[in-house]
Amino acid sequence: MTDQTQHIATPTSEPAKPARKRVGGGILGLTRKDFALLVIVILLTVLAPFLLNPFPTDSAMAQFNAGYPDLMQRFVIFGIFAIGFNILFGLTGYLSFGHAAFLGVGSYSCVWMFKLLGYNVLPGIGLAIIISGLFALLIGFISLRRSGIYFSILTLAFAQMSFALAYSVLSNPKFNLTNGETGLQVYTNDPQIFHNPATTVNAPHIFGLAMRETETLSLGRWDFQFNVGYYLSAFFMVICFYLAIRLFRSPFGMMLRAVKSNQQRLNYTGLNPKPYTLAAFVISGMYAGLAGGLLSAMDPLAGAERMQWTASGEVVLMTILGGAGTLIGPVLGAGFIKYFENIFSKINESTLQAWFAFMPDGMQDVVVAIVYPFVGKGWNLTLGLLFMVVVIFLPGGLVQGGQKIATVFRRDRKASGVEDDAAEQRQAGE
Amino acid sequence: MGILEVKNVGKRFGGLQALSDINLSITQGTVHAIIGPNGAGKSTLLNCLVGKLIPDTGSVSFEGKSVLGRKPHEINQMGISRVFQTPEIFGDLSVMENMMIPCLAKRDGAFSLQAYHALLSDREIVDRAEHMLEDMNMADKRNMHAAAMSRGDKRRLEIGMCLAQEPRLLLLDEPTAGMARADTNNTIDLLKQIKDSRPITIAIIEHDMHVVFSLAEWITVLAQGTPLVEDTPDKIKGHPKVREAYLGESAEH
Ligand SMILES: Nc1ncnc2c1ncn2[C@@H]1O[C@H](COP(=O)(O)OP(=O)(O)OP(=O)(O)O)[C@@H](O)[C@H]1O
Ligand SMILES: [Mg+2]
Repeated sequence: MTDQTQHIATPTSEPAKPARKRVGGGILGLTRKDFALLVIVILLTVLAPFLLNPFPTDSAMAQFNAGYPDLMQRFVIFGIFAIGFNILFGLTGYLSFGHAAFLGVGSYSCVWMFKLLGYNVLPGIGLAIIISGLFALLIGFISLRRSGIYFSILTLAFAQMSFALAYSVLSNPKFNLTNGETGLQVYTNDPQIFHNPATTVNAPHIFGLAMRETETLSLGRWDFQFNVGYYLSAFFMVICFYLAIRLFRSPFGMMLRAVKSNQQRLNYTGLNPKPYTLAAFVISGMYAGLAGGLLSAMDPLAGAERMQWTASGEVVLMTILGGAGTLIGPVLGAGFIKYFENIFSKINESTLQAWFAFMPDGMQDVVVAIVYPFVGKGWNLTLGLLFMVVVIFLPGGLVQGGQKIATVFRRDRKASGVEDDAAEQRQAGE
Repeated sequence: MGILEVKNVGKRFGGLQALSDINLSITQGTVHAIIGPNGAGKSTLLNCLVGKLIPDTGSVSFEGKSVLGRKPHEINQMGISRVFQTPEIFGDLSVMENMMIPCLAKRDGAFSLQAYHALLSDREIVDRAEHMLEDMNMADKRNMHAAAMSRGDKRRLEIGMCLAQEPRLLLLDEPTAGMARADTNNTIDLLKQIKDSRPITIAIIEHDMHVVFSLAEWITVLAQGTPLVEDTPDKIKGHPKVREAYLGESAEH
């Protein structure tokens, strides 16, 4: 304590030890660790067609393969949705229950661009981001007047209102913005002023390259599919992930965590929490809009159900399951849930019969009867159970689970980064 | 005219008149202590100064400008920082991050959207925060979770965070409450150093008379929401009304 006094007496003097270990300014402005994480994500997305297709096409296990375009697109698009949601929820702690509204707004915007301009996806994606950003500004401005459960309820109310608007109100003969139950789609009599059917494909494309275009590589008993739409979405997800890392490590990211930690102190430190949370809300709304736009780009049909509260709840599950406040968690959570939704839901009774055929007859029936409620239409049940297990035993989500496994292998518990911190904090907070 | 002028301030909570007709002038560059028994309204008065509460009557002005009607962050940006009775820090953040936030608030104002450049490559802020931590003798704790520190350390961090903003008026609400004797003495030394090294005005609420009489140049005694007496420490010590209303009672604390 005695030497502290000297420093205070000379507040303008140079720091005693100018040479300090400092991070930052590394490759792409990321620290070594963050850059490694980015490289891993890039490798995983680029190699996904291989990694997600581990089983030979003709084998019984082939139905667990996830490496087909439709599902891979969903992985990365909902990954974007969850990364954005995590910027709001993971950092500020504000739990929005209405983020699907922005997904829906993005989808509608994109289809409108198809209808008006033509099938090139870029204007649609651009408009999706802009419109959902404006929409988020409006909803956020009102909802953020409250915090905690009231904020959640307000966002939920807005999303349900948006759903009602899209489903019926904004779909009447005089003013048909959403095409109601049928969903918004492109018709042959739409203007499509830049679309020339003679020279370009009659489906969403990027500079002539159709989203549905898929190249199949057959290697032995394996088939690997490389789809244009997937790689476009994956490109956007990598960009989104990179921007999210930068945001997490920026002064703005720290302020968002400060909002979550202690708004009172923030206020009395001369900082206004309102614009910080609103900016986070708008940014995450724009991520959701981009995801919605990409969904339409993959399949040019936008329906109101995309805005429903179940869709809003899903992104909450994704983020918490993966690990709220961590960088990679939401992406993992999104992949996990979409995998369950698409793979487990396809298992039917006869598949189960075939699996347990090796058992004696009576036993086979019993086992199938027990397992059956958890697959097929009952996949939600399995997901619910898994979610409970994760929340109770791994409050830091799958990321924390990964860390636990990692610590078993390397005994040094000292490796720390924001990923660890966020996951640990969530655990401590329980 | 003082740096802070409180005129005829009153505040009522339901049936309780917590403050009535408070007049207070804090002279620029002094340490002004506000003492009084529990429930006298000391914290309530502070709340009225920083925008946490809006007084029912009266006016509060800082450097000639009214603070009433301004939001807490605006009042802070005017140059008033406050240390709370129970430490208010960012518990989920590291000690270093806690210190960087006021540095950013000082430099960039109430809001700035810097979502792209890395915080740790901002040398100005990092250096300033580290310098402040060294001043507070907390550099060794820089990577600790703030919530994991002892109460005394949290308090010191909070004082340091307020100082990082270089406020012209520092409000301290029982800064040594719950501290060990040694920490209390360190805090007294620290506050003396701050006082001697920069043009700062300090208003301090304190129950510990040792702290009050070591620091204060002027003392206001508050009882039941009204100022009882105000005078120099020497006069207050011997004042019969104060002995009766406060000092006699404070022996139990
Ligand atoms: N927000 C509030 N609502 C209702 N009553 C309050 C509120 N804040 C304070 N009070 C009451 O006002 C009176 C003054 O409280 P205050 O906290 O200002 O006292 P204090 O002088 O700071 O006491 P202490 O030394 O215990 O901190 C107390 O009777 C308290 O119960
Ligand atoms: Mg008090």
